[in-house]
Amino acid sequence: MESQMSLRKQLKELFDKQRIGVLSTQKKNRPYASLVAFAVTDDLKSFVFATPRTTRKYSNIMASSRAALLIDNRSNRMSDFRRAMAVTAVGNVRELRKSGKNRLIRLYKEKHSHLEDFIKSPTCAVLCLEAETLHVVDHFQHVVELHLNK
Amino acid sequence: MKFTYHLSQIKKSDQKCVGGKASALAIMAQEELPVPKTICISTNAYNIFMDETGLRAQVLMEYHRKQFDQMRWEEMWDCSLRIQNMFARTPIPSTLAAALMVEITNCFDNSAVAVRSSAVGEDSASASFAGLHESYLNVRGPEEVLEHIKLVWASTWSDAAILYQKEIGLEVEKSSMAVVIQELIQGQESGVIFGRSPVDHSKAVIEAVYGLNQGLVDGTVQPDRWMIDRDSGKIVSHTPAQRAKIVVPAAKGVKVIRLTTGKRNKPPLTRHKVKDIFKLEKRLAKLFGSDQDVEWTYDHSKLRLLQSRPITTTDKAKDSDDRQWYLSLKRGFENLEDLRSKIEDEIIPEMVSEAESLKKIDLKQLKDEELATEISHRADICEKWKKQYWDYCIPFAHGIRLFGTVYNKAVKPENPYEFLELLEGTALKSVQRNEQLQRLANKLKADKSLRVLVRSGKLPEDSKFAKEVAAYAQELLTPLLGMISQSQLQAKMLELLIEMAEMGTAKKVIKDQAKSNLEKRLLANMPKKDRTFALELMDLARTSYRLRDDDNIYLGQIEKQLLNATQEAHNRSSIVSKIPLDILRADEIVKCLRDPNYRPESRKSKPVEIQDRQIMPRQLIGQPAGSGLATGSARVIRKTEDLFAFKRGEVLVCDAIDPNMTFVIPLASAIVERRGGMLIHGAIIAREYGLPCVTGVPDADKLIDTEDQISVDGYLGIVTISKKLPIKHLKTTTNKDG
Repeated sequence: MESQMSLRKQLKELFDKQRIGVLSTQKKNRPYASLVAFAVTDDLKSFVFATPRTTRKYSNIMASSRAALLIDNRSNRMSDFRRAMAVTAVGNVRELRKSGKNRLIRLYKEKHSHLEDFIKSPTCAVLCLEAETLHVVDHFQHVVELHLNK
Repeated sequence: MKFTYHLSQIKKSDQKCVGGKASALAIMAQEELPVPKTICISTNAYNIFMDETGLRAQVLMEYHRKQFDQMRWEEMWDCSLRIQNMFARTPIPSTLAAALMVEITNCFDNSAVAVRSSAVGEDSASASFAGLHESYLNVRGPEEVLEHIKLVWASTWSDAAILYQKEIGLEVEKSSMAVVIQELIQGQESGVIFGRSPVDHSKAVIEAVYGLNQGLVDGTVQPDRWMIDRDSGKIVSHTPAQRAKIVVPAAKGVKVIRLTTGKRNKPPLTRHKVKDIFKLEKRLAKLFGSDQDVEWTYDHSKLRLLQSRPITTTDKAKDSDDRQWYLSLKRGFENLEDLRSKIEDEIIPEMVSEAESLKKIDLKQLKDEELATEISHRADICEKWKKQYWDYCIPFAHGIRLFGTVYNKAVKPENPYEFLELLEGTALKSVQRNEQLQRLANKLKADKSLRVLVRSGKLPEDSKFAKEVAAYAQELLTPLLGMISQSQLQAKMLELLIEMAEMGTAKKVIKDQAKSNLEKRLLANMPKKDRTFALELMDLARTSYRLRDDDNIYLGQIEKQLLNATQEAHNRSSIVSKIPLDILRADEIVKCLRDPNYRPESRKSKPVEIQDRQIMPRQLIGQPAGSGLATGSARVIRKTEDLFAFKRGEVLVCDAIDPNMTFVIPLASAIVERRGGMLIHGAIIAREYGLPCVTGVPDADKLIDTEDQISVDGYLGIVTISKKLPIKHLKTTTNKDG
């Protein structure tokens, strides 16, 4: 049986290795997906990402804070069908206050130092998806859910 | 890209392309040693076949369906069967086929050839696993040869190769296989020489048979054996065989025939020939730089070399695991026929008669010491029959697999398990027993006053119905049900009958027409001369299928007699009653009866693994073992009470189903089992009732809880858990027939 500790370790490794995920948002029944560079906290609960405020994803989040972020390690080879792992984090998105003391923003900058100027811009928002559940898929169809608030 | 090589063209650097066997043959041919005319189909051809057809991706999906450390051998066999069938159904791309046909026609035209595997790295000294891949003798004509090349390619994924996947580094992305096509030498005497005996390194060993080597290699024909001193070259000993059979070429393939009387009394080799073979091995050892394992044949006094490879240091007989035992379960038709006679004519009648004679002993009349002796005696009897079960009944199940292999080779069906439909409906004992239970349920359904009485837990006194219920409960009471008295069992059975009566008649699937069509399809695809064999094999497989389930029930009846005796001890001794009623603890019960001061050790039961509530399994993968889709509330069978609490429409979830517990199946909407395989009891009974079934789901009985809402997809082998659905939202159960 999968132990929580080994699953968490596996997930942390995946999140540390991957730089970009697919963010799903929606507004007025119009779903939308976009690529975002992300960073995650050790407890796997907070997924930080940044976006200009003029984007469709930002507008969607302002209208509906519920969102999902898909992170996977596929390599576009046929072996992905059995070897790739995909995780969907589902939860609420909130905007972070841009302060040098904010640990989430520091975490983000550490992982994506090349985006420092990008997030400094007053038009750029730094957001955090507070995940409630992680849906983990591997081996093509094997699925487990990690409930973070239980 | 080069697809074919003649032996004269093969360089040392080509080994990765032509494999170990072809490479060694090339070295021998280039030294002008007597090697038959040979060409090699390179791994390039295999790779083109795998990649252009998309087969590599298909194999990858199947091969990685489950982690190897979680797979039983049976599941590996299933995985292999599925992959072999993919190969059989995939045509060789036309340009590749045309190129190969030209070369095969030019070299051999319509003459008989042997088509052999030549795996890359197969014959190197560090990794030799002879017998993992296939070879075919006496194949004629370019089209047939092409078909057999594909069979050799498919054997890259044999169950044995999958079993040794770690050692041979079997990986889908890197897999490759070369093939050797060799002029068939119809040798009069054939054999092998090991330049160094695995048991005594100072000796060389020659084994020889009359006819072709096939009989020796697959164990059908017992060989004569000579031991030769490696230093002096002197023959140290000759062990004659019981010479009875010979393998010779048939119109197609080979056949086993009886040896003539003259040859029975004469060794296949003269001393002179033994020494010639030994000398040749010495020469090969020098050429290759290590002692060799050589296959040879005498073609009218001319010694010919069929293959040579280094003697490996790997001794598979010393495997610390059970892999050699698994592979020994694969039996030939003749051996399976012998097993059938042994089981049907001896083992089962003797088991029945032994159970009957034990039943006649009035245990209540025995003094404590006599009862202790009786328990001991019964424990020995159980052990004796368990051994027979392992030695004869388990290997006999291979009859089903052999039939499946023959069926798939002939028919190339879309569903590699189509052949099972021809074996179903063979009056399994468990199904007969369920029908008996159904008849009782029907009586209840038809008689309202009886139903009211039974619902209150009572039975009409002295009625036929009451007698039938009592007899059924008696038959059902096996050690599997653990600590339950017959009266308790009877009460539980009444609850079960009410449940069945309310449900109506369970649908046992009848597929006579479909079976008849499949039989016609099989025969139409078999060469005329093989049709009788196909029918004989099907008959054998049907027995094998039926007995796979039934023999557990016969064994259960024997174990029940031990249980009855331990139960009697339980009833008379307060100390004994502290020992759980488990036939595996019979020895402690005996000690208690004999020694009033003996106190049994208390054994702590294994703590139940608590599921981590933060991790919720959502979708589990197993093998599709019974097609159909059903959604329902799970009933996880962890103890006897779970079986009797079974409600209609529930999904049976368990570690492993035993035929002695399948009486609840008519109530079930689907089956999920941790143990994997297409031929396990759960899968067999599911198919009898047309229920969706998924087997080989790791930790199924731990990850799923009773009352979880689950969907069982018997087409894809997926179990989806949606725990939060309240029971009142239970969806209508459907299966493939409804």
